[in-house]
Amino acid sequence: MSDASIQSSETGTGDAGFGDFFALLKPRVMSLVVFTAFVGLMAAPVSVHPFVGFAAILFIAIGGGASGALNMWWDADIDRIMKRTSKRPIPAGRISESEAFAFGITLAVMAVVMLGLATNFVAAGLLAFTIFFYVVIYSMWLKRWTPQNIVIGGAAGAFPPMIGWAVATGGIAPESVLMFLLIFMWTPPHFWALALFVKTDYHKAGVPMLTVTSGTRSTRRHILVYTILLMAIALGVAFTSIGGPLYLAVAIVLNLMFLKYAVDIWRRDDAVAEADGYLSERKFFKLSLYYLFAHFTAIWAQAALASYNLAGW
Amino acid sequence: MGLAREHELHKRRLGRNIGLGLVLGGVVALIFGLTIAKTQSEGFTLPPTEEIGTGF
Repeated sequence: MSDASIQSSETGTGDAGFGDFFALLKPRVMSLVVFTAFVGLMAAPVSVHPFVGFAAILFIAIGGGASGALNMWWDADIDRIMKRTSKRPIPAGRISESEAFAFGITLAVMAVVMLGLATNFVAAGLLAFTIFFYVVIYSMWLKRWTPQNIVIGGAAGAFPPMIGWAVATGGIAPESVLMFLLIFMWTPPHFWALALFVKTDYHKAGVPMLTVTSGTRSTRRHILVYTILLMAIALGVAFTSIGGPLYLAVAIVLNLMFLKYAVDIWRRDDAVAEADGYLSERKFFKLSLYYLFAHFTAIWAQAALASYNLAGW
Repeated sequence: MGLAREHELHKRRLGRNIGLGLVLGGVVALIFGLTIAKTQSEGFTLPPTEEIGTGF
């Protein structure tokens, strides 16, 4: 046996560090899942034992992480092509595809079963559907097929507050659907603004992105239309049981700012944007991060105030 | 330099083993905590003795 034959045998796989497996869970996405699921749980009209609530959020986070691992397993081929994703554990050769699949599927099953046992099977069913939606509907089907991939695929990231609500109430309500719609309508303009100023290599990997398939003019129009639809939902939430005067004040300020930047983006073309380094697009994207965080924080604040009979209509 | 020099690979394995150990410990603590929380919650009752197989 030569040294070369030893070196050639699946170098790197089977000996990944703990951090590599953690990276498979897409921790940054998980932080959004944890926060919005927590707010969904807190906004619900039924209280939950704090430890059960903690465990439920943990299982939702693990379920979200598992779908991230399964997404990386399925997308390993295109992750190798794109610069942004080429250092992920699978394309970097630290974890094999079969390891990632086994890891993802084990965590997914465990998270769903444990959430069902700890809380109820409506919440567990929603978590199972979220994982299915992200892995099968988005990753396997839509992502490489349609430039609307972000729109429909965004639903996967919108389910956590509904799951949090279901943990407490055991069901689905108009308020939890509105929280879902808030994230669902927020996702496309958030990503399209990013796509306008970050030059990606999605086209090289054969992933249709709106900026490439329909051009930036169409993308700018899409951002404005989705922002207007998002405004209607964000303001509508204020007049439900999870909203209130504080939420309404936050929503009015943020939505006016969001709309202003969306109009700016719509009125510009690439030449103007290039000249100032995509300033409006960058401002819109940065604001979109605060936008979602502030809306959900306001829902949480309304729930906290309501428990002292201080807020609400 | 001794023969037992630790390779970077061994450090990674150690890190992974410690991490996994902590996760398993966490799972045990979590299930224990859930059991306590469930049994102390309002409306919790033990199943009737005939259902759990005693009292023949």
